[in-house]
Amino acid sequence: MTVPSGPSNSPSPSSESPASESPASEAPASSSGFRVALEVRGLRHRFGDFVAVDGIDLSINRGEVFGLLGPNGAGKTTTIRVVNTLLPLEEGTVEVLGRDVRRQPMAVRRLLGYVPQQLSIEAALSGRENVSWFARLFDVPRAERRERVDDALAAMGLAEAANRMAGTYSGGMIRRLELAQALVNRPSLLVLDEPTVGLDPVARDGVWQRVEELRQATGMTVLLTTHYMEEADALCDRVALMHLGRVRAEGTPRALKDELGPGSTLEDVFRRHTGGSLEGDDKGGLRAIRTTRRTAGRVG
Amino acid sequence: MSVDAVSVPIGRDVGVWRRFPNRVYTFCLIEVQKLRHDRTELLTRAVQPVLWLLIYGETFNRIHAIPVPDGQSYLEFLTPGIIAQSGLFVAIFYGIQIIWERDAGVLTKLLVTPTPRSALILGKSFAAGIRAMAQVVVVLVLAAIIGVNLSGNPLNIIGSFAVVLLGAAFFSCLSMTVAGVVLKRDRLMGIGQMITMPLFFASNALYPVTIMPGWLQVVSKINPLSYEVDALRGMLTGLSTAHVGLDFAVLIGWVIVGVVASSSLVSRLAR
Repeated sequence: MTVPSGPSNSPSPSSESPASESPASEAPASSSGFRVALEVRGLRHRFGDFVAVDGIDLSINRGEVFGLLGPNGAGKTTTIRVVNTLLPLEEGTVEVLGRDVRRQPMAVRRLLGYVPQQLSIEAALSGRENVSWFARLFDVPRAERRERVDDALAAMGLAEAANRMAGTYSGGMIRRLELAQALVNRPSLLVLDEPTVGLDPVARDGVWQRVEELRQATGMTVLLTTHYMEEADALCDRVALMHLGRVRAEGTPRALKDELGPGSTLEDVFRRHTGGSLEGDDKGGLRAIRTTRRTAGRVG
Repeated sequence: MSVDAVSVPIGRDVGVWRRFPNRVYTFCLIEVQKLRHDRTELLTRAVQPVLWLLIYGETFNRIHAIPVPDGQSYLEFLTPGIIAQSGLFVAIFYGIQIIWERDAGVLTKLLVTPTPRSALILGKSFAAGIRAMAQVVVVLVLAAIIGVNLSGNPLNIIGSFAVVLLGAAFFSCLSMTVAGVVLKRDRLMGIGQMITMPLFFASNALYPVTIMPGWLQVVSKINPLSYEVDALRGMLTGLSTAHVGLDFAVLIGWVIVGVVASSSLVSRLAR
């Protein structure tokens, strides 16, 4: 493993720097050290009186693709936003490769790649400029930047469209551009919030295929949320079923289905554990999600 | 391939002293790239200063209604004021961009990069400065065409750009602070409209402070725009009463206040 230790090793007044200086030297990854990529213990988060996440425990191993599965309002996105430091950690502990999100938020951010639920790129920049922007924000060294940006674009099948304005991209291309932005730093943990919501089936397949290729090529750890059970079945090594802020069941999709007997689907598993439907009562998709998001925003 | 070899991010901490200039440079670069892709805004924004100089300026130049110090022509006196004003107009609505980025989900992605809130705000405020400086070029060219006598000394010109940058940085921080409070684009527009004209008229941009009533002189003394205009007059027209050093100090002070205020509010936008 080659991680150059340049001037960054000098002591610095910043409180976050001791942890973020050189991830490699800190994480004895090759030894028994951090087999666990993400460790969540007793996480609880409230928006006013509403308890969005009600004391959950999660443990995600390195190289694993882990799915948080549940209907809208289950607390998936809140969980993710605490993990990626967007929301303050109120109760419980969250560690990403041994870094505490409360005490070392900057070190945690350095390890993460994040794609939010909403399609979000800078439409007034080209695809390449969008990715290069994030390479700079993650301090990818100048000597490697160009190559990393091109690699990330190529891995997401955007090499030919790279110089086009991102505003001209289709929904599926925008999502893949966002994945390229998140991957340009080669994160230790890739966090995807509803990666295919609002995409048509072809674009959805495209995203799945890229994520699958990615994990085969790199063994990257992925945490994703979804309320599509086919997505969880197709992509995830393990899933946790969330309902009303709690984890109701956890395991490999295979094991969870086998518990119920042959021919069961994850939907059946979910109904068994929650009494409700995975798709939720609202068939709403984006609008319903936006509404809960806004409400949460106002209350919080 | 071993899992460990690929699960260590490429980017590494460059230390707090390099991180700030790196981030500021990055946000300025993004602004230049956006400007390059869309030049129409530069032109539409040039209309207003052109009107001020060509119509208002030329007219008042003739009627000699405003007592101008140092025996300058009114156009000479006015041009630094219009330069500062065009920077102000660009910057005061800059908070709209951060609200747009919030609505588009880009801001949340920026906030989970290893970028301190204050570096994000400082970067964005200097990016607003880049836009303002592009505007200044337009006004300077126009002033040269209509024959306004301005200093050609490169140091004075560089100093003027620095002053415009600082002024725009402050006013964009003010705008982003308001954005962090109101959280809505249309409300920010309204407040922007509401404060721009008072800032402009309660400054020395159009007339010397000495002809103002006492209370307005006090307002003008607090108004950062007055310090920006004063510094521009000192450097571009050689105004003898200008305190360029003091002007820079006051503007830098205001920028620090603005960055602290708006970076403490920016997380509100991400909730």
